[in-house]
Amino acid sequence: MTPPEPRGPLSALLLRTLSGVPGELTAQDRAGLEAAAEAACAAADPVADEDLQLSLWVLYELHYRGFATVDDRWEWHPGLLAVRQQLEQAFETFLRERTREQVARASEAARSDLPGALFALAESDDGPSVSGYARSRMTREQWDELLLLRAVSQLKEADPHSFAVPRLQRAAKVHLVEILYDEYGAGRPERQHAVLYADAMRASGLDPADGGYVDRAPAVVLAASNVVSTFALHRRLRAAAAGHFAMVETTSSLPSKGYVGAAQRLGLPEQAWAYFDEHVEADAVHEQVAIRDLCGALVAREPAELESVVFGMAAGLYLEGRVGSHLLERWHRGESALRGPVAAGLQEPA
Amino acid sequence: MTRRPAGEVRRDVPGGPTLVRGAASYTDEQGVVHPVTRPVVAVCRCGASQRQPWCDGVHKLLGRRAT
Repeated sequence: MTPPEPRGPLSALLLRTLSGVPGELTAQDRAGLEAAAEAACAAADPVADEDLQLSLWVLYELHYRGFATVDDRWEWHPGLLAVRQQLEQAFETFLRERTREQVARASEAARSDLPGALFALAESDDGPSVSGYARSRMTREQWDELLLLRAVSQLKEADPHSFAVPRLQRAAKVHLVEILYDEYGAGRPERQHAVLYADAMRASGLDPADGGYVDRAPAVVLAASNVVSTFALHRRLRAAAAGHFAMVETTSSLPSKGYVGAAQRLGLPEQAWAYFDEHVEADAVHEQVAIRDLCGALVAREPAELESVVFGMAAGLYLEGRVGSHLLERWHRGESALRGPVAAGLQEPA
Repeated sequence: MTRRPAGEVRRDVPGGPTLVRGAASYTDEQGVVHPVTRPVVAVCRCGASQRQPWCDGVHKLLGRRAT
């Protein structure tokens, strides 16, 4: 993958740093990165801040597939980890503030019935239904946009949550792996969900190998993907990673049917919707295992983590809601939901 | 929770499907054998699934009742 285009002072400085050889950052580089990160973190809405979310996405990507032109040794560079921590803190603080009341309410209910409270939390979500729109109104161009934007998460589907495996113990670990095994194709490489997704892109005429989709993804889409790494890369947030995983699984089965319906209505070939078709059935299982067995076992063993599980789910629902609102607002106005090509300058137009 | 031969374990979840772990196949009430390709499968209990014998999550639209 080639590195994305910068979207502001921080990502410009970060990408310039990454193009060099890893070594001691000069005091000037370090101060510049910290100041730019601080400025990005001052954003009133870090979820919508293009510079912040792209920088976080780039820093996380060093832990996944990396970039063709970036030295892999940057992954554990202390100077970059310091920047990552600054951004994560602003992001996490914002998510906690946004979900505080909902988490308090749902946690209260979860103390007597954890599965019931988690199912209810996901079902109470009144975010806009992209799949409902897809089934009845989505155009062919909007289908492509959906696939390009979801590629940010789906081409590494299950990878971020996998970082939580060694951070969980006993039954919770077993049940997380049980689901992940299925996500990774249950022993059949061609059935890996990320592979099915790449197949869907190709069948729709899109190129999954071209990382250009990242440049087209607005901050909210990157944020919805970044949050999983924020949770799963920190042992402190392992329960939030589990709660987020449960959110993904329990909001997938029924909407996936809508996407199958959309693809069929648009006359797309089977490979274009097989990914979604697989999720109708797979996630009807996974939601039960994730909520009852994974989250259930985690909280049974570590009761103090209950609120963190609920926070993970609530934060995920909030971010998916932001993505859904973005898509439908743009599409209802007849506009593209993609980010436009980056202008010659580095500054994001206001 | 019911133990079946060959390590198969079945469990009905409240208001949801029957979870079957460790099965190589699932035989429905008509005697039709369905191959199992997942570590765990969810068998429909509400009768509303369009993916019989598997659950498709549609019970959640029935007011979360297993019927």
